[in-house]
Parts: sequence; structure tokens; C-alpha cells
Amino acid sequence: MKKIFFLLIIIFMSTKLFANEDVNNKILKNLRCLVCQGQTISESNSDFAQIIREVVNDKIQEGLTEKEIYKFLSEKYGDWILFNPPFKKNNYLLWLLPYLLFIFGGIIIYLMIKKGLIGKK
Amino acid sequence: MLSNFGVIFSSIALITSFILIYFSFLELKISDSKIPKKIYNFSLAQLIFSLLSFLILLIGYVFSDFSMINVYENSHTTKPLFYKISGTWGNHEGSLLLWTNILVIFSFLFLILTKNKNKNFKILTLIFQNFLIATFFIFLLTNSNPFSPIFPIPNEGMGLNPILQDPALAVHPPLLYVGFVGSSIYFSAALAALISKVEAKSLATTIKPWVSVSWFFQTLGILVGSIWAYYELGWGGYWFWDPVENSSLMPWFLMTALLHSVLVLERRIGLYSWVIILSILTFTMTVIGTFLVRSGILNSVHTFANDPSRGLFILTFLTLMVFSSVFIFFKYAPSEKKTYRIFSKEFFILINNWFMVFFLAVVLIGTLYPVFLDTLVGEKISVGPPYYNFILAPFLIPLLFLMTSGPRHKWVVSELKKIFNVILFLSIFLFLIIFFIIQENNFLIGLILLFSIYLVVQTIFDFYENFKNKSVNFSRIISHLGFGLLIFFISINHIFSTENNFNIRTGEEKDTKDYIIKFEKLTTMSTTNYKSIVGNFKIINKKKLNTKNLKPEIRFYNQPQTITYEASIRSNFFSDTYLTMSNISDTDVFNIKFEKKPFMNFIWFSVLLISFGGLLNFFSRKKQI
Amino acid sequence: MKKPYLIIIYFFLIFIFTTFYFSLDNKKIYDTESIIGKKINEVELTLFNNDKFNINKISNYKYTLINFWASWCAPCRKEHKNLVRLSKIQNLKIVGVNFKDSQIKAKEFLEKMGNPFFILTKDPEGKKSIDFGVYGIPETILVNQDLIILKKYIGPLDLKDVNEIKKIINK
Repeated sequence: MKKIFFLLIIIFMSTKLFANEDVNNKILKNLRCLVCQGQTISESNSDFAQIIREVVNDKIQEGLTEKEIYKFLSEKYGDWILFNPPFKKNNYLLWLLPYLLFIFGGIIIYLMIKKGLIGKK
Repeated sequence: MLSNFGVIFSSIALITSFILIYFSFLELKISDSKIPKKIYNFSLAQLIFSLLSFLILLIGYVFSDFSMINVYENSHTTKPLFYKISGTWGNHEGSLLLWTNILVIFSFLFLILTKNKNKNFKILTLIFQNFLIATFFIFLLTNSNPFSPIFPIPNEGMGLNPILQDPALAVHPPLLYVGFVGSSIYFSAALAALISKVEAKSLATTIKPWVSVSWFFQTLGILVGSIWAYYELGWGGYWFWDPVENSSLMPWFLMTALLHSVLVLERRIGLYSWVIILSILTFTMTVIGTFLVRSGILNSVHTFANDPSRGLFILTFLTLMVFSSVFIFFKYAPSEKKTYRIFSKEFFILINNWFMVFFLAVVLIGTLYPVFLDTLVGEKISVGPPYYNFILAPFLIPLLFLMTSGPRHKWVVSELKKIFNVILFLSIFLFLIIFFIIQENNFLIGLILLFSIYLVVQTIFDFYENFKNKSVNFSRIISHLGFGLLIFFISINHIFSTENNFNIRTGEEKDTKDYIIKFEKLTTMSTTNYKSIVGNFKIINKKKLNTKNLKPEIRFYNQPQTITYEASIRSNFFSDTYLTMSNISDTDVFNIKFEKKPFMNFIWFSVLLISFGGLLNFFSRKKQI
Repeated sequence: MKKPYLIIIYFFLIFIFTTFYFSLDNKKIYDTESIIGKKINEVELTLFNNDKFNINKISNYKYTLINFWASWCAPCRKEHKNLVRLSKIQNLKIVGVNFKDSQIKAKEFLEKMGNPFFILTKDPEGKKSIDFGVYGIPETILVNQDLIILKKYIGPLDLKDVNEIKKIINK
């Protein structure tokens, strides 16, 4: 029963095609306005943000992909401009540590209930 | 004049905390079971002088006494009275004074309200509280004196940052500080409990009301802050995963964990050491947050003016506090050999704590990693919403599921409740209906929706069932219901929010998918403290053919000279229409951000429900199931 | 059993707090490191007479200074005399990029203050400047013959910067 329902859900979910129209907004939301305090390019009213908005728009028109635009900007301004830090050497810990800690927590809880488990059997 | 009084009053409050520490230490050796009058009296004196010093600053603001630098820098005679008052805590020094005052008030309340019989426990808590109070008064007087005089006395002040001139932001700091400072009580109580070997149930009943209260205010504070960000910052969002916002969220996770694990402790099932660790961590996280926010090492929207000497002071305090806590903990912590049965209520509370600590870890890592990388490697990176969403969102699914199933289990007894029941099928049915209406293709969001519906339906059913048995745990029901609704509406909001960015001149119109946006005209407006340009927009809904008028503003404040962009928001029951405009320099073109945000009011309401549950927990603590 | 745990915890805490301590003097100024040592993009700039100018052509000169400025920017006024000073150095050509400015005002500005630019281009929308990693103006980039960026200055050039540029060129 359970499997059937999940299958149904998956089938329903794949029906709609992925809409690509908001990729511009998505990119702008992932960029830091470097002359502001912690705002994204999408949010900021500064000159810098306005120029970047137009540049991103141009690059999309030129046919660059989202990744290529990030690469273009991070080459100029460093990874500081990207709100989604890339998965690379210096950032491995950033991306993996949360999961490691989660597993660690799980082990501790397992140890706490282990005794009870054995006792029951 | 006022300046001197302010310094004198806070100095007296500082001295009383030393006196209190001294007498309390003496008292520890006396085996009398009652706390002597003089400790009560000195505490009262400390409270009075502390409040007086706050009153002095308040008077300075209300009557615009610019002989104090702090008033001069943050106030102005033309400011409305309400913002003169809220300006008192709208800056680093003033907010620190407010913080310290709440700390003093809470210590006093703890002393007079706590019915715990163990004298040494109370006295020790008071000692730790007074160490904290003394530290903050020293910080206030040596480094961040709100009463510093200025000479010659200026005629006019520099004014309050206009984005802080807002009713939501006037109440936001006090709410949050009650939450933050409330955690100091169980921090001190936890350390005191270790040393005086307080028994589990006694510790639990003592700290539980404080946990509920601080959690309630913390939740409200976060809510108000996020409502403020939504309409005042004009960025079209309500949560930005900004480091400063994170600093208020991190203690919240721990408080939530504590709120649950205290229940286990209360029933003497176990978790004594764990509750103590959580209590210590919560306040530590609060101080870390304070350090990050006030030292200015973070690049954030909300940072106070940078001053490394502040950071150094808080860091020193933090280091001392953490090391002494760790020392005390390892010296006194009792060894526990409890077993926890799987599928019992306490098992699910353990799981809750696991998730809360995990959420905390993610937010902490995301906030601190850039700081550490910059310091250690010299590389600057940004960690923003994509990171948090990516890591946290999948974990919502098991969390929602456990919140549905967990509370239905019994204490101590290991018994797995049936999961595949009518409620689940009903939820799936509801989900499928909603799914057909919304046509969402994202698998993850689909699952989150499903499980949030399941949580809501099950909680309502639980309420009905409990109601029949006349044993309703309203607090749990309401908070869990609120959380289910919150996640549901955030997901729906996420799916259906639309945003259009475009440039436009007056007289022109823009045709989007569902709306026509007409920029009719520009008007100007002027009041005492600002002039503004108002854009008159007409939004025509193509399907329903109704129109809405929106009037975003660009305000030019004169004191201090600042430009703010005021969003124009039309809320109706289901959806918000949101419009901001900004001028592009040296042109007559305006940049417009037009957004439709469904269910915003429902999101606020859900958080209110969550916090309300905490309040009920405080009041109904006597008759828990 | 307790001891090894404790040592690890204490070391961990010491590490955290020491890092916090050093983080207090993290510099929050704009980062120029990511762009230094990189080759500049091949960008078509527009001259004041609307002819195109490919930035690659500066490989004809031993060193080029690309300066981003505007007549409306006060710090640009401040650094201008230093640019004039630099324009007299052999082996160094200055390319001006007039940033979001009106051409007439820019010309007036140069007539009054002197024209240090060997080549004068314009970027009325500011978009070309993004290719050079510009945050705002004034900014100045020192490029060698191989089109590699040697140095980037954010904010007005002062005498110290002038001497530094001279030193690099005379090496």
C-alpha cells in the first residue's frame, strides 16, 4: 500500500515540466551586493547592484548558463560574491561537518538506547 | 547632571552585586535553611538602582538632553515621543543597559519567586547571576557608557537611523533580550545545581517556567524582527539567514531542545547532565551571538557600529565563562547510567534534541565558517540562504514525522504506535488534492508538504481524542499545530511567490503574466522629519479584472541624512501584493520590484500559535499529563 | 576515562577562542586578491568619438594603468593630480574609463584639471567595468604587457601608491 502511494506521488510530481523563467531572479538572489552590508544583489538599490543586475541579464541573453555567470563573477570578485559557497577544498568542512555531526549524534542516541534494546531481547 | 546620576546609580548597582556575592559566599557555610533578609534587601537595592539608571537614560531621551553623547548621537528634538523612548535601546550602549536591567530584574524575580527548598542552590544561582550582572555593569561603565557627557552641549541631536523608527523594531529588542537574558537564569541554576547536588525533579521544576518564558519571548522577538524585515527593509523577504538573525535563532534551537528535555528530567527518567549542558550552551550561545553582533566581525545588515574593544571585552568574558562552566561541569557532573527505551516518549524527546542540536550546528557552522576561513586561511566566502536551505530542508521531513508520532507515545513504556492509520491516509488524500491544485514538481517540497499536512491533521485529531478524555496538553497541541502550519505555509509561499524586476518611467506600463502594472504619476510629500517621492501605481489583475493602488516611497530623511525605500504592501486574506521602487541615478527611470506573496499572514499567525503554546506551558505547568 | 576527553575539549575551546581573537582584526575592506595575477578579459571599450577600442591593444605598451573615474566623483578629483604625475612616466600609458558620466562634463573636467589619459574610453552604463572587477570609482588597475593584472587600487591613488607604481615599473 505504502509503496503504491509513494509511486503515485513520484509520478504526479514528474508531470510538470521544470520552469526556467525565474533563473535570472535566482541568480540575483545568490549574489552578494559587495558594497552593501549583507544584502543580495536582488535586494539592493545601490549602483553596484543595479549594474550587476544588468550584466547578469546581458549574460543570460548571451546564452551563458547559471554556472558560467557565477564563474565569471567569482573570477572578478572572489567567492565572496557567491552566497552559495562552492564545494571545493577549503569548503569541504563547511559542507560535510553538519552531516558528520548528525551521524555522531545518532551514534550517541543509539548508545543510550542500546542497553534497553538488548535487555528486551 | 543626568550623566553623573546615571554613572552613580549604575556604580551603586555594580557595588551591590559585589556585596551580594560576598554575603552569599558567607551564607553558603551557614547551615540555616532560610535566606537572610539582608540578601533580599541588597537585591532589592540593586534592582532599584539599576532601574533608576535606566530611568535616567530614558529621561535623557524623552527630554532630549544632549549633554549625553548617547542621546546626542541617537536622538533629535523633532522625533515623535514614541521613537524618543524606543531610541533608548536603539543603539549599542542603551541596549546594553536594557539588557543588564533585564538581567537584574530576572535575578530578583528568581530570588523571590523560586520555591526551591535547597538554600545553597538558590544562593549559588544568585552568585552566578551576580557575576554576570557585575560583568555587564563593568562593561557598561568602562567601555560602553551610555551616560558619557559631551561638552560643549550641542543644541540638536544627530537623530535616529530612520529604519529603526518603526513600531516593530521598538519592541523587537526588549522581546529578544527577555528571551536571551532569561536563559541566564537556567545557566546559573544549572551550575548551582551541579555544585549543590540538586536532585533531578527539583532542578526541572525550578528552571521549567524560566525556559518556557524565555522561549516564548524569544519566539515572539524573532517573529517581530522578521515582520519588521519584511515590510521595512523592502527586500521582499522575511528571513535572510543573515548572521545576526542566526544569532537569535541559535539560542532558540537550544531552548526548544531544553523545553522538551526538561519534561524527561521532571519525571526523573534521566538526562540530568544533558539538561545542564543544554542550559549552559543556551546562554553561551547567547553571549556568542552578542559577541558576533557587537564586535562587528560579521558582515551583516544589522551590525552595530564596529568597535574591536567591545569585541575583546565580550570575548574575554565569554572565554572565562565557558572555561569555568566546563571546569565546574566536569568537576561536579554525576555519572548517569540510565537506559532509555526505544519508542517511548523520552526516546522521541531524545530525537527531538538530536534534531535541534543538529539545526543549531548547521546554523552555527554556516555563520562561523566564513569568519574562521578568513582568519585562518585569508579567504573570504559568503554563506547564504542556498546553503541553509540545501542542508536543512531535507531534515524537516523526518522532523515533521517525528513530531507527529512522538507525542502519542507513552512515558517509559516501549510501544510502537501504528503509523499507517486513518489519519495518514486522510493526510495523503488531502495532500493529493492540494497537489493537484498547485502542480508542484519539486519532490522535496512535495514531501515536506505531505508531512506538514500529516502533522497538522494528526495534531487536530489528538486534540479531539484528548478532549474526549479530558486531558488536553494544550501547550503541545498548539505549538506543534503552529509548527506544522508554519512549514506548510512557508512551502506554499515559496512555491507561489512571484517576483518581477523591471525598469519603468512615469506614464509607462508593464505587462507581466498575470498583471498589468501602470506607473501613473510621481508625487512628493513632506513631513517634519523627511521628504519623500511617492510613486502612484495601479495594479490590474488580468484574470479578476480588479485593480489595486500601490504607493511605494523613497524617503529622504534629514536627521540623519538617509534615504530609505518604503515598500508598499497590500495584504488581503490570502496574499500580499508588494511593490518597491528605487531610482536609477541620473535618469528618470525607476527600478521596480513587484511581488506577489501568498499566505504571509498565515505564516505570522503560525509563529504566533507556536509561541502561544510556550505561554500555555508556563501557565499550565502544574497539571501536565 | 575523563582526562582525554577533557584535554580534547579544552584544546578545541582554546582553538575557537584564539581564532575569535584574531578574527577581531579581520580586514573588511574590499578584496582585490582574486583578480590579481589574472589576465584581463578581452573587452571592447568605446572611445569618446564612438570608435571601438579593444583592450588587448594595450599589449603594445610595457605597462598600462586602467583608471575608472567620473566627473561627478569627488575622490576622483582628489587623485587626479597624481594621475597627471603618473602620465609623465616612460613605459606607462594610462587608459581612462569614464564611468557612468556625461561626455560633456567629462571633457570639461579634463580641460580644467589636465588630461593624463593616453586613451580615453567611456562606460556610460557601467557594465564594462564589471569585467575589471570594479566595485565603485575611483579604481585603478596596473596591467603589464602580457595583460596580467599586477595591482589593483580601490579608492583614490595617493602619493604612496604613485611611488609603488613607479617602483614596479622600474624593476
